[in-house]
Amino acid sequence: MSNKEKEGLSVDAFEYAAPQNLQDAVALLSEARGEARPLAGGTDLIAQMKENRRSPALVVDVKKIPELNVLSYGAGLHIGAAVSCTQIAEFEPVRVHYPALAEACALIGSYQIQNRAALGGNFCNAAPSADAVPPAVSYGATLVIAGPNGRREIPSEDFFVGPGQTVLEKGEVLVEIVLPPPPPHSGAAYLRFIPREEMDIAVAGVGSFVQLSSDARTCEQACIVLAAVAPTPVRAKEAEAFLTGKSLDDTTIAQAGELASQAASPISDVRGSAAYRIELVKVLTRRTLGTALERARGEAS
Amino acid sequence: MKQAIELNVNGEPHAALVDTRETLLDALRYKLGHMGPKEGCGNGNCGACTVVLNGAVVNACLVFAVEAAGADVTTVEGVAAEGNLHPVQQAFIEHGALQCGFCTPGFIMSAKALLERNPSPSEPEIRLAISGNLCRCTGYDKIVRAIQTASRSLSQTA
Repeated sequence: MSNKEKEGLSVDAFEYAAPQNLQDAVALLSEARGEARPLAGGTDLIAQMKENRRSPALVVDVKKIPELNVLSYGAGLHIGAAVSCTQIAEFEPVRVHYPALAEACALIGSYQIQNRAALGGNFCNAAPSADAVPPAVSYGATLVIAGPNGRREIPSEDFFVGPGQTVLEKGEVLVEIVLPPPPPHSGAAYLRFIPREEMDIAVAGVGSFVQLSSDARTCEQACIVLAAVAPTPVRAKEAEAFLTGKSLDDTTIAQAGELASQAASPISDVRGSAAYRIELVKVLTRRTLGTALERARGEAS
Repeated sequence: MKQAIELNVNGEPHAALVDTRETLLDALRYKLGHMGPKEGCGNGNCGACTVVLNGAVVNACLVFAVEAAGADVTTVEGVAAEGNLHPVQQAFIEHGALQCGFCTPGFIMSAKALLERNPSPSEPEIRLAISGNLCRCTGYDKIVRAIQTASRSLSQTA
């Protein structure tokens, strides 16, 4: 055996199963002794296993389960938890109706990563910096979860507990992410800041959604979701409330940016200081609100 | 824990007994004799292990071999057809778009995949397509020019 092969096997031993249906996956995850992890794209899980940050005794590959591979647009958008970022970013209804999600999916890692990484994984890995989460939450996503006690649905913003931690109980698996049909006169955008052009983790990210009145003069509803500035993705609810009923102009958008930054509780780390991240939230909130507004007015694609 | 898998590599059927911990990259290199894909970082950043898995470029270091059961895999060894180098490979030679060559199999796979989905990419599109491939010898200028040359020669033969 070569040295390289020995190195590859430094991952702790685990059992692997690739069930063909959801019931079997739930049964396997429920009955597992020790930690069990669903495996979708593996771009986070396998890297973490190699670094011994996770050592599941059982890995349940969920890519063969039909419900987790659904990608359809009708009464809203249904995205199976195992659908890859590339599939999502290239799906015409996503590009047309949910451009902020398409853009975020095309930001994550390289083509090699996007071809593998799943939106469900971006949720379940629960990184505060997950790029696809803010736009999904801002579009009002609901998560469908299957477990030993049946199914439940939760608002996507309630899914996160802390870095790497979600509300999923033992035996539960994320089945799909459901986005409601975009209301008329609405638009959204996601932007992150990284110090280079590609292949980096957000220093801060902001996803903004606005719905305008039918005369496009006032904001009826806003949803602003911040990434990488708190232990979980967080909504800037004060900024959202401030914008509701207001006309969106440079002044109100700038005030919303200030208010959004108050929802951030960032740490200082190698990617940026807390103070820098606060400033980024202000700027990214202004810019995403500006693009969301243009899209809501039909001025930009 | 071992599992038997069957998969197609460069059009040839293969069978292997793999440990669940083995990556597709390890299986390709040490079980199936395809030493083209390389392990650089082992965590999906460098792209030296890039292969085509069921039609899409992936990092073979971030796929367990057991996940590839039943899959079609193409490595750099499968890019030349009947002894003729692919235009991307020819262009890398013409431009000297490599020094040590460690990253080259990954770049070839990414560049070929780019030209298949976008035969006439702009320079920013080329640079985006190879953003998941790191070269620590040459810089990227000759690589970008080689891909531009390959794009032109493919459009002339098409």
